Amino acid sequence: SGPQSPLDAGSDEAAGIAILSWVMFAAAGLILVAVLALAAAAARAPAEQPRWATREGWVVAAGLVFPIVMLSALLAWGLSITGGGGGASSPPAAFRIAVAGEQWWWRVTYLGPDGSALFSTANELRLPIGQRVEVDLTSADVIHSFWVPGLAGKLDMIPGHVNTLPLVAGRAGTWRGQCAEYCGGAHALMAFTVTALPAPDFERWMAAQAAPAAEPDNAEGRRGRALFLASGCGACHAVRGTPASGTIGPDLTHVGGRPTIGAGLLPTQRGTLAAWIVDPGHLKPEVRMPPFPVFRGEDLRALAAWLESLR
Amino acid sequence: MSRLPDPRPRPPEELEQLQEVWRQPGGWRLASAVNNTYVGVFYIGTALLFFVLAGILALLLRIQLAVPENDFLSQATYNQVFTMHGTMMMFLFAVPAVEAMGVYLLPNMQAARDLPFPRLSAYAFWAYAVGGLAFFCSLFFGLAPDGGWFMYPPLTSSEHSPGHNTDFWLLGIGFIEISAIAGAIEILVGVLRTRAPGMTLDKLPIYSWAMLVFAVMIVFGFPAVILGTALLEIERSFHWPFFIAEKGGDPLLWQHLFWFFGHPEVYIIFLPAAGFVSMILPTMCGTRLVAHRWVVLALVATGFIAFGVWVHHMFTTGLPKLSLSFFSAASMAVAVPSGIQVFAWIATIAKGRLRLTVPSLFVLGFLAIFTLGGLTGVMVAMVPFDGQTHDTFFVVAHFHYVLIGGMVFPLFAAFYYWAPTASRRALSERLGKWCFGLMFVGFNIAFFPQHVAGLMGMPRRVWTYPAELGWGWINMTSTVGAFILGLGALVFLIDLARNFRPFTGGNAGNVWNAGTLEWLPGGNYATRSIPIVTSLEPLWDQPDLAREVDEGRYYLPGAPTGRRETIVTSAIAAEPQYLMQMPGPGWPAVLAAWFTAAFFLLLTVKLVTPAMVCGVIALALVLRWMWDTDLGPAHPPVDIGGGIVLPVNCSGPMSHSWWAVVVLILVAGAVFASLLFSYFFLWTVSPDVWPAATGQALPGAEWPLAAAALLVLSSALVWWAGRRLEADGHWSVRLGLAAAAVALAAALAAELAGQRATGLSPTDSGYGAVVYMMAALQGLFVATLGIMALYTLARSLAGLLHRHRRATFDNTMLLWHYAVGQGLIALAVVHFGPRVL
Repeated sequence: SGPQSPLDAGSDEAAGIAILSWVMFAAAGLILVAVLALAAAAARAPAEQPRWATREGWVVAAGLVFPIVMLSALLAWGLSITGGGGGASSPPAAFRIAVAGEQWWWRVTYLGPDGSALFSTANELRLPIGQRVEVDLTSADVIHSFWVPGLAGKLDMIPGHVNTLPLVAGRAGTWRGQCAEYCGGAHALMAFTVTALPAPDFERWMAAQAAPAAEPDNAEGRRGRALFLASGCGACHAVRGTPASGTIGPDLTHVGGRPTIGAGLLPTQRGTLAAWIVDPGHLKPEVRMPPFPVFRGEDLRALAAWLESLR
Repeated sequence: MSRLPDPRPRPPEELEQLQEVWRQPGGWRLASAVNNTYVGVFYIGTALLFFVLAGILALLLRIQLAVPENDFLSQATYNQVFTMHGTMMMFLFAVPAVEAMGVYLLPNMQAARDLPFPRLSAYAFWAYAVGGLAFFCSLFFGLAPDGGWFMYPPLTSSEHSPGHNTDFWLLGIGFIEISAIAGAIEILVGVLRTRAPGMTLDKLPIYSWAMLVFAVMIVFGFPAVILGTALLEIERSFHWPFFIAEKGGDPLLWQHLFWFFGHPEVYIIFLPAAGFVSMILPTMCGTRLVAHRWVVLALVATGFIAFGVWVHHMFTTGLPKLSLSFFSAASMAVAVPSGIQVFAWIATIAKGRLRLTVPSLFVLGFLAIFTLGGLTGVMVAMVPFDGQTHDTFFVVAHFHYVLIGGMVFPLFAAFYYWAPTASRRALSERLGKWCFGLMFVGFNIAFFPQHVAGLMGMPRRVWTYPAELGWGWINMTSTVGAFILGLGALVFLIDLARNFRPFTGGNAGNVWNAGTLEWLPGGNYATRSIPIVTSLEPLWDQPDLAREVDEGRYYLPGAPTGRRETIVTSAIAAEPQYLMQMPGPGWPAVLAAWFTAAFFLLLTVKLVTPAMVCGVIALALVLRWMWDTDLGPAHPPVDIGGGIVLPVNCSGPMSHSWWAVVVLILVAGAVFASLLFSYFFLWTVSPDVWPAATGQALPGAEWPLAAAALLVLSSALVWWAGRRLEADGHWSVRLGLAAAAVALAAALAAELAGQRATGLSPTDSGYGAVVYMMAALQGLFVATLGIMALYTLARSLAGLLHRHRRATFDNTMLLWHYAVGQGLIALAVVHFGPRVL
């Protein structure tokens, strides 16, 4: 078990797979013990050849008939647990989320009923409990794989393909997800979180995310914002409600409200934000964001404070 | 045949002559040795060296993962090291090791004096050894590949991996593939055609069966990855977009090609190991293998089913559910033949009385580990379970159970079991038990916890992980186990250093009281005489056999033609057909391998001119080596004993070289089939870049029709030349061949001109790339056949080609007709496909 364990199920689908897993572990354990016991019995058998061993019949029974029966049953059961869903009986999706894997972070875009983008965030998903949500998975560069073990099996993000993963969170909670397909450099440091919220909380979160960034309410915040805009950060990052509208890096409109920065790397705090800005490559080797050692002292504190305030 | 054993005394000088003919080259000239007892041992030793090196890399990985947030290795180094660990274990250790064991064991087990193409074995070995070592050294320059051993594009495309690292993998692996294919041809023809008389298929040792299936699987499995690596290297170098989605390529094409090879690869490694077990257990139990026929059937069935399971590596790529279900069922089905073998082994243990020797211990360890690996294999064949465990440490644990359990443990059993056939002393039972104990315990401590790590959500190929996920203690346990396993391997090396004494001319003899022919007494020449085989365990059934064979009372007790020679037998009934003269030690094959390796390596670092120089030298050396083959009836027919008089050497469909070319054509056909698959796959995925959608004009029908006519003309000319050769019409043969070569080249030129006339370029789209790739493959044949035609002409002018000495011509002709057939199919697909479909 653990925050990223498929056996710690937060959805019906993950729970079904977990039951399948435990049954298979038990059966495999029994078969292994039986085979080893048989081998031990064979090795200790008296020299005057036990009759059962000299016949080919039981080799065929144990090696051919038994596995075919067992495997057929297992296959039938396994196929009934769909894995990925999408059957005709599934309820329609409440809404869709587009997630693009990029080296080495997750671009998350919530979509309206007409497929238009409502807002963009990064490295976290929030879902309403019990509602079926479809996640459209794509890649901006190389192959990644979207995996939240607590909710569903993984599904790859492949350039030129759109794979759709239905998610239904069964209870409130936060699950950790991680890229499961080796995608070069900082593959190990490409995580995200999925949080399931009761419907009213989820609606509030949606509304807040759709809104532009809040006006800074103190001098430090205003100084931070001014530095951000003056230093060219907006070439890569967007902060809605300001002139910053870059699309290369994550949208930072509500960065302060996200649980982590650097794709699951560090908790979002003023200190971690400051450390990231000065030298992101030290924290996450090969990261695409260049270091900004020009920010120091009061400037750095102001910039980090403003970003932290963007909730 | 009933006149053997021949009780008459043998001439005294006969044995001396046999020894003289097969004498080993001394000192540093040992490197020029080509017969299997030497090359086999070099080969096994080199594979073991790579096992140790890749094992050391594994220990580095384990140190890095022992604690969370460790910085023992940097991210970039870790990515190179795990890529090299996987690549080396698969390509430089596992496949070469089982192939090497085959080269060493098969002739002895089948009582042949050697495999049919000794210099090909030497070439395959040296290309592998030199190329593999240079490939390994790329680590020290930070140039090692870092895209994973599976090299998925677009991560490995020139855009995302611009350095030479990926090229090292592609070209490095490229010639290791070629070396594997060379070995497979050798083994396939060797198993089928160089057996002791009377060794019919039902008396063929299980190990030979396993190697037969192994070689067939290489012939059909490796071509897919050979084509895949060629496509990726061409995409990287010349920007033909086979795998680039924006241009109508598809990254999944690589995955299909890679895993169509990659999964059979697992059985390519496992089947020979299962063969070891089926040979070792009967000896250690003192009884015959129970359910022998079922075990043979299981080996063959595994070979078939293994080609239907590759998609289970792609369950998470978003394929349609129906195809997932099919491949899930096929993946489970492959467990059945393994089950049959496991129970047959247990039954054999029950039937006999198992001696707990070191080989037995490794076999028992194998049974336990492999069974668990098979059970987890069934689990990951379940699509929903795979969705959770794919690319996690659960899968890492699973395949180490299957590969270390299924291949490394049987290999160590085999080392301990067969060492006495190669070495003056057997290996130590005491050290061997320590080695086994440490390896077995260490293995389980290292890998069992990785199942748990996977189930706690730990993905593969991560160089670090956060402490709060609670994976630390599992990884620490695993690291400790890995070092214990490494210690076990070290004990083995110590044992080797203390006791393994090969090349001394003698061996320790039949220390286990085994029943098969590799335990016959002998020397460099293999056995003194070649017995008639009447059962599966001749040494058990004919107690006097070993002595009689050693006294020269059976076939071919000397070297009647004064050269190295072996009996070639028919494929099914193993009836003697002719006596093949074989080469002795020599440098051309060895040097050709060195220059081939240099060619590929220099090409990797884009030193094109030196690479070309090396390539030309390699080619010249190969031709020099070929010049001594195709001996014709160099000697009058020979009495090999028992009243059998055999012709010396042979041309035509009965000759071993004809068989080798047929196997080569199967390889070429499999490469071409992979290319056809790629064509239709890309068409299905991206019809929007095909002519019907883009309005791209197709070449006018006159171009392909002209090309087809030229191809047919070329084949007809070769056929005519063959007819004229029967009549020794030498100038007609020469003119016919030259004209055929011109027609073949002109056909290719017509196809290229037609495509160029429409303005299509290979860099335009996936369509352009695959259309020109068809022509490029044909171009490879035009070049190869051009060289072969020139070579045949040269032999003709030198007076070495006539109607009784025509294997060179026949081999060229076979490949020629194949190339024409392939060219016609390619024309039909490229030109009629888009018009009709």
